[in-house]
Amino acid sequence: MMEQLTRSGNEAAALGAKLSRAEVIAAYPITPSTFIVEYLAQYIADGELKAKLINVESEHSAMSACIGASLAGARTFTATSSQGLALMHEMLHWAVGARTPVVMAVGNRALAPPWNLYANHQDSIAQRDTGWIEFYCENNQEVLDTIIQAYKVAEDKRVLLPAMVCLDGFILTHTRERVDVPPQDAVDEYLPPYRPEHFVIDFDRPLTENVIVTPAWYMEYQYQLEVAMRNAREVIREANRDFAKKFNRDWGGLVDSYFMEDAEVAIMAMGTIAGTARVAVREMRKAGHKVGLIKLRAFRPFPIEEIRKLGSQLKVLAVIDRNCVFGSGGASCIEAQSALYSIPNRPKVLGFIAGLGGKDVGVESIKYILNKALKVSETGRVEREVEWVNLVGGE
Amino acid sequence: MAQQYKSWKDLPIGAVVPGGTCYLNKTGTWRVSKPVLDRSKCTKCLLCWIYCPDVAIAFDEENIGIDYDYCKGCGICANECPVGAIKMVEEVESQ
Ligand code: SF4
Ligand code: SF4
Repeated sequence: MMEQLTRSGNEAAALGAKLSRAEVIAAYPITPSTFIVEYLAQYIADGELKAKLINVESEHSAMSACIGASLAGARTFTATSSQGLALMHEMLHWAVGARTPVVMAVGNRALAPPWNLYANHQDSIAQRDTGWIEFYCENNQEVLDTIIQAYKVAEDKRVLLPAMVCLDGFILTHTRERVDVPPQDAVDEYLPPYRPEHFVIDFDRPLTENVIVTPAWYMEYQYQLEVAMRNAREVIREANRDFAKKFNRDWGGLVDSYFMEDAEVAIMAMGTIAGTARVAVREMRKAGHKVGLIKLRAFRPFPIEEIRKLGSQLKVLAVIDRNCVFGSGGASCIEAQSALYSIPNRPKVLGFIAGLGGKDVGVESIKYILNKALKVSETGRVEREVEWVNLVGGE
Repeated sequence: MAQQYKSWKDLPIGAVVPGGTCYLNKTGTWRVSKPVLDRSKCTKCLLCWIYCPDVAIAFDEENIGIDYDYCKGCGICANECPVGAIKMVEEVESQ
């Protein structure tokens, strides 16, 4: 019998880690993701989860502990946000190079200064080039499901890369919605225990981890990471397909498309903005506009093939980013432009920066963006490539 | 890294190799100056052994010695020796 209750995003993330049977959890508290580890501590204290919880003095140490535990063959989990994720940066590279499939929940939050606790993707976007897989979730059910899928992908022999599962601070972390908790035995069938073949710390068989590599071989090691990340695309699609078959919930794989069959103008968004965009698209469809939504679920690896396929039918793609690559626009917009550049019938791409630091992005904001895109599809003229939406005082 | 690898495909994933492989990598060639031990002054207190970051001080019941295959010439041993038994000498001069 499936258990149905309302859960916050933080609780959904903790339940995802519990159902995945995380064995070692090391974390340092930071708003808005603190509750994730508090829930897990409670599960351990109540005997519901058999895991070792390591209290550490910083996020840098949290990630270090996860890497060590993963090298020892344990399934590991952590959670953080914002400044905490920034402090982990050095060890994020380490987790990738050491090929430790750590899974981490990131409660997306703005970086200071000025101090702000609310939703912003800058913290995880800034980790783009570390080699972590990055998923962005639209709702709390997706958070729970994606954590389980993230282990499936990260631990796959073709991948062996760590993965972060991002949920918008407060909008998901602190908001309750209905979350169906799948039965443990079904999750166990989907996600067998982690049994690394490439290494495991063993006192009877000493290993040297992270040897020095000369210029003759460093590039070759980087290429192994490149291949792993490319492989992750197909592995994510597979993990999603298998999950959908078993649990009857299909999150689309790398992207989820909505009303895209005959769309001429589409909006692309990550995280909770995608949920709001669904409403706007639905309403504008009723008004007779051929609009659709591309929800970007995996930002790393970027779904180049999916974006090319969906993009080739469009006249205009409007991309909303809750982050900014200062001086160049939003990160996912730049990625989409780059993916679309070499296709013959590429659409015009418009970039929109919105919702930074938790600023509300409502249905009206999305409709404003879609109307701009519809206008460009009529005139064929792009007046502004990147626009900051709802900016007090305008640009 | 040993020459047995033909391609990036052969490299052990995660740069994990059997333990003890650093013995194969003789890093003593990086040295610019070299510690020279005066056995007549040495009291065998082993402070140099404790401080050497490269585990390049060797000793047995009788003697203290420096393993020049791995000593990088940092000079910490000379600095820590309480009786001044270790002197740093320019590598070129010593040859
Ligand atoms: S010079 Fe440095 S590396 Fe060499 S023996 Fe002394 S302490 Fe060790
Ligand atoms: S520190 Fe000096 S006195 Fe002590 S063992 Fe080393 S060389 Fe000898």
